[in-house]
Amino acid sequence: MFELAAKLDIAALCKHTSGMRNKPARLCFMAAPEGQRLKESQASRITYTLESSLDSVNRVEQTAEELAKKAGVEEDEVYRIAMAVREAAVNAVLHGNSYDPQKHITASFENTGSDLIIRIADQGVGLDPDTLPDPLAPENLLRGSGRGIFLIRSFMDEVHFKLLNPGTELTLIKHLGAEHAAE
Amino acid sequence: MSLKLSTRQVDGITILDLSGRITLGEGSVQLRDAVRDLLSKGSKHILLNLGDVNYIDSSGIGELVSAYTTVRNQGGELKLLNLTKKVHDLLQITKLYTVFDVKDDEATAIASFTK
Repeated sequence: MFELAAKLDIAALCKHTSGMRNKPARLCFMAAPEGQRLKESQASRITYTLESSLDSVNRVEQTAEELAKKAGVEEDEVYRIAMAVREAAVNAVLHGNSYDPQKHITASFENTGSDLIIRIADQGVGLDPDTLPDPLAPENLLRGSGRGIFLIRSFMDEVHFKLLNPGTELTLIKHLGAEHAAE
Repeated sequence: MSLKLSTRQVDGITILDLSGRITLGEGSVQLRDAVRDLLSKGSKHILLNLGDVNYIDSSGIGELVSAYTTVRNQGGELKLLNLTKKVHDLLQITKLYTVFDVKDDEATAIASFTK
């Protein structure tokens, strides 16, 4: 566990993201006080609770990018992972919570050694992915929206939807190579 | 980095040079407003130069599509110029690469408009 903490440097990551744009995250469950190295038992995962805003979307995206870089993921994959996470955060803030200031999103980031696991949850009415129109269908190609989940699925190895009460949680998983798993 | 836009005219074609990110709440609104402004001024031949656009999310893609359909519905033409690899790849996986008229060379793009 300690090795994992060192590899991720989660405390530094949390400090970095909490201080973005001089606006601290509302909660960083595992980073109080800010910037202090986490205890071994807490080191495998960080979780934020953030307001329903575009600033939160940017923070979540940048945290994912940082996490992927620290995991040694190659540049193009870092971009894809960060974009998938951004799309999930946009869905949570915009479509889930409708920018409602009374609702929050939670975002957790984890490197298990073999996988990057990012969970984004909102407090909306819930999303049924099976009802989403196929953005590649000819009749949908010229729609101005509806590509977010498609991009998430395109860029991640696994995507899972879980209905909450209320809200939806998306779990995005990127498998790391065997070289990472062996570390 | 937010989106920066500038316009220039070449042989009756309006070139919109874009630089930065086209994402939800940032560049997407600027792009929408810019295209509407051009249309309101009678510019219906529009070339979007995306050479310095380093990031587009699904909202940005949607805005490109909306710009394309809006211009087309008003009898105009909107084409794309100088896609970066990331934008090119996004348009390919969303099957939009074949929808848009994409050019790599400005002179060729200018000449391709119906005048």
